[in-house]
Amino acid sequence: MTIPLRLTLNGQAREIALDDPRVTLLDLLRERLGLTGAKKGCDRGQCGACTVLVDGRRINACLTLAVSLDGAEILTIEGLAEGDRLHPVQAAFIAHDGFQCGFCTPGQIMSAVGLIREGHAGTDPERIREGMSGNLCRCGAYAGILEAVQDAATQNEHREDAA
Amino acid sequence: MRNFDYIRPASLPEAVAAGQRPDTAYLAAGTNLVDLMKGGVTAPARIVDITRLPGLSSIETLPDGGTRIGALVRNSDLAHDPAFAKTYPMVAEALLAGASAQLRNAATVGGNLMQRTRCPFFTDAVSPCNKRAPGSGCAALGHATRIHAVQGWSEHCIATNPSDFCVPLAALDAVVEIAGPDGAREVPLTAFHNLPGDHPERETALRPAELITALRLPPEAAAFQGHARYLKVRDRTSYAFAVVSAAAALTLDGAKIGRARLAFGGLALKPWRVEAAEAALAGQAPSPEAYARAAALALDGAKPTGEANAFKIELARRVAVRALTLAAAGTPARIPALPASPFGIV
Repeated sequence: MTIPLRLTLNGQAREIALDDPRVTLLDLLRERLGLTGAKKGCDRGQCGACTVLVDGRRINACLTLAVSLDGAEILTIEGLAEGDRLHPVQAAFIAHDGFQCGFCTPGQIMSAVGLIREGHAGTDPERIREGMSGNLCRCGAYAGILEAVQDAATQNEHREDAA
Repeated sequence: MRNFDYIRPASLPEAVAAGQRPDTAYLAAGTNLVDLMKGGVTAPARIVDITRLPGLSSIETLPDGGTRIGALVRNSDLAHDPAFAKTYPMVAEALLAGASAQLRNAATVGGNLMQRTRCPFFTDAVSPCNKRAPGSGCAALGHATRIHAVQGWSEHCIATNPSDFCVPLAALDAVVEIAGPDGAREVPLTAFHNLPGDHPERETALRPAELITALRLPPEAAAFQGHARYLKVRDRTSYAFAVVSAAAALTLDGAKIGRARLAFGGLALKPWRVEAAEAALAGQAPSPEAYARAAALALDGAKPTGEANAFKIELARRVAVRALTLAAAGTPARIPALPASPFGIV
């Protein structure tokens, strides 16, 4: 028996016949829908490599049962750029060298997009570090990650001022 | 992970009816339950997804001045609700000191009360553990770590409750609203979590098929908003469970303490509120000596479970003194960048 699941995935309506209620959002994305941007680091909610936005909020895809998300809007790293135009957070990670091996990077970027949307950290480095503490980077690229998030948050504030 | 039947009820009565079948677990965000299922620590045959139940996702001010928080309100939404954070600042600070932003965005307030201990012998799914496999023994006894209990433990279980949120809730006389097969009832938060005693597997006051529908803060809880802090000592500054934490709240009448509230996390299998310490502070001038007397009373009867956690008793006294000192200095206008941290504290 399959379970019908309707999702809006990176802006596209998808109807999925889920074959197993145990499938997490992360496994649905990676193993069944071919979206391997979100990474499986710890698979226990401890590393943040699987971070995606669900209905605009950043969460750990590895701890969320896909079956519970019927009707949700999912945004993954694959849906962030507009064609060849990078999202400002993606561009800032390149400009500030916010990664080394790249494994945690999709989660870092999605978490930063969520953090900036939440609007509680502003451009304060201490609040950004605290707000990003759910994303581990074993290469230790934290200095570049912080600069990238600060830069993207500053650009976002300027855009809001201009609007 | 064991396979399960997935049920998504549309109403509370349907949920309770589904919950009455044996071997059934209620699912909210699943940030703890799904993790435990992956590890084989728990293996329900049926999952009842309560996240779509109507009427459990709002924060309401009650006619008497108290506040009701629906069980499905997300931790981050409660912490960032401006009116809630202003009225109950130490609750907001405790929420923001717990887990990560991703987990707080998903996790519900009802789920926070239901989270299981992080005792490594419970979560490894194989060690003897009277909580996970009643009668199998306690592998933690004799192998106590810094996260194990120094208050209220028994020879059958020395685990601690990991929640930050529950600590200020206990201090503020929060009430847990419950629905079940026999209708609605309520339990004080301080009576919601059981100490291990002879039955560590009996973790909460919930009876079979019951579920939490809301938390309520009584009108008196608002009186502490000007002098309330949560302080949490942990192995790293963010995204770690408490080794010891304390919620401290005061009302000040001129130069004297009117009422005091003091509760601890990390000490026991439940949030550890000490009313004798609170009573000792009432009517005193706020001073290091008064805080030290209260802290000594608060740790009365504390006993380590091994060499590894003996330090927690003195640590808890010092955390209590510091939390009371911070509370007396006044609630900061904004929660610090590092919530509840002894580093960079306001």
